[in-house]
Amino acid sequence: MTELAVSTKKIVKEFPNKRAVDGISLDIKKGEIFGILGPNGAGKTTFLRMLATITKVSKGKAMIFGKDVAKDARKVRSLIGLTGQYATIDEELTAMENLKLFGQLNGLSASQSKARALELLNQFSLTEAKDRPIREFSGGMRRRLDLSVSLIVKPPLIFLDEPTTGLDPRTRGEMWEVIRNLASNGATILLTTQYLEEADQLADRLAIINHGRIISQGTPNELKSLLSDTHFEINLEHMRDAERAKGLIKAEIGQEAMISPEGTQLTVKLADTKVMTRLLVDLTQQDIEIKEFSVRKPTLDEVFLELTK
Amino acid sequence: MKSMISKQNNLKSALYDIVVMAKRNILKIKHNPDKLIDVTVIPIFFMIVFSYLFGGAIAGGVQGYLPIIVPGILIQTLVMSSSATGTQLREDLDTGVFDRFKSLPIVRIAPLAGLVTSDILRYVVAAFFSIGTGFILGWRPEAGVGWLIVASLLAIFGACAISWVFALIGLLSKSAATISSISTMVTMMMSFLSNAFVPIDTLPHFLQIVAEHNPITYLVTAFKDLANHGEFTSSASMTIFIGIILVMIVAPITVKIYSRKI
Repeated sequence: MTELAVSTKKIVKEFPNKRAVDGISLDIKKGEIFGILGPNGAGKTTFLRMLATITKVSKGKAMIFGKDVAKDARKVRSLIGLTGQYATIDEELTAMENLKLFGQLNGLSASQSKARALELLNQFSLTEAKDRPIREFSGGMRRRLDLSVSLIVKPPLIFLDEPTTGLDPRTRGEMWEVIRNLASNGATILLTTQYLEEADQLADRLAIINHGRIISQGTPNELKSLLSDTHFEINLEHMRDAERAKGLIKAEIGQEAMISPEGTQLTVKLADTKVMTRLLVDLTQQDIEIKEFSVRKPTLDEVFLELTK
Repeated sequence: MKSMISKQNNLKSALYDIVVMAKRNILKIKHNPDKLIDVTVIPIFFMIVFSYLFGGAIAGGVQGYLPIIVPGILIQTLVMSSSATGTQLREDLDTGVFDRFKSLPIVRIAPLAGLVTSDILRYVVAAFFSIGTGFILGWRPEAGVGWLIVASLLAIFGACAISWVFALIGLLSKSAATISSISTMVTMMMSFLSNAFVPIDTLPHFLQIVAEHNPITYLVTAFKDLANHGEFTSSASMTIFIGIILVMIVAPITVKIYSRKI
């Protein structure tokens, strides 16, 4: 068996009026958590749907554990679990019935399916709710059940399409924990998300996509270091000093500082952090009162905004 | 994590998929018995109202009208309930659940075939309530219970055949609401322009021609002949013939569009 869980070569999805995915080439190693990050409509879901054999690949080639999604769809389907963006379980059925149903559709017998369902309900703390119809479930419970349905036959590759969209912060944290556990048990996970924090927290590697293309990929740290500059933030005591400070910084290091909308914070990108002390000394000598200052690496948010400009 | 799957790709597993899918639909009915209103309350209601409303005018009394109206309402109920195949299919397609089905290692036709299969249960319920109400009102088919069952099976066969048409409409329509209105229209036209409620010879000439060639007329006549006289007439053969032709034409188209859609 090959070492790659997912391998795509220039895959394209054409819809009558648009190219949703425009030549994505990607390799995902076994056991990795790979994040696909992008704004709404970037092509994340379409990309996932092609890999999950739900929509056809228009051009290019996609392999799941060495099996071609176009030629060997049925084999591929037995290797993957998919949790969609929207609840993809039967609202009217109970948690237990849903799990049993999907177990049986995956080829388990009724009794195997029931045993596995009980195991999953326990693992996802849903045992008490097992005989309640899904429509009575909270958002978090629903997502957990949705995810457990994809895990019923322990697929080696799990697709999660925006697994935490619409969840409150606590439930989101719980989902992250669940996802990490899956990965530590050896599953490969491909997840899409709009949340940079989520990608940063979970993904071993990630690709940022926009307009159906990968605009950057690497580990979260690599991506952050793409904007290698350190951000130096200076908070002034008085708003009236802002323009003067800006001029001073420009004269000193030739960099244009950004003044925040509220007018008291200046941000300047520094390639070399040594100039910081000099700047601080200069500003103080010019009677510009500094309330506080900080140095930070760019956030993924900034990387993202920079790249999707 | 080792995968548990070793699913075979053969006829046995295909049938298993279909049975599981049918079970899903039956579970949905169990949790939501409202879905059975069209096969329980409606036939009872129609049977009573039609018998007392038109019985006097058409057959000179309720008792005389029952041999006409009971098969008529039964068939109409079956045709109407077969349209639920279309609405159900549309509703499933509109929710995310089909995405999940598509990513499963099942035969692609299973969700559709499961739906058509589980609807047989609804037809049985419909037949039971229609005939039961007829009995309570005093209808006594002369050929006995055995022939009545044969007649009912033929009617259920007819409903299964027609449900493929509604499945196709379901695939092609934009929303469940569209399907309901289309199917109500089709059902009304088909059942009223037949001998389901009135003897054909009371119709104007051009409508007689339409009614005589309406498949519903064959089905109703076949049902009456079987239930009342224990005779398997040419209408029954015609019903089976039309049913098979219908399925042979519509089912492949439906399956094709369905596979393209999913």
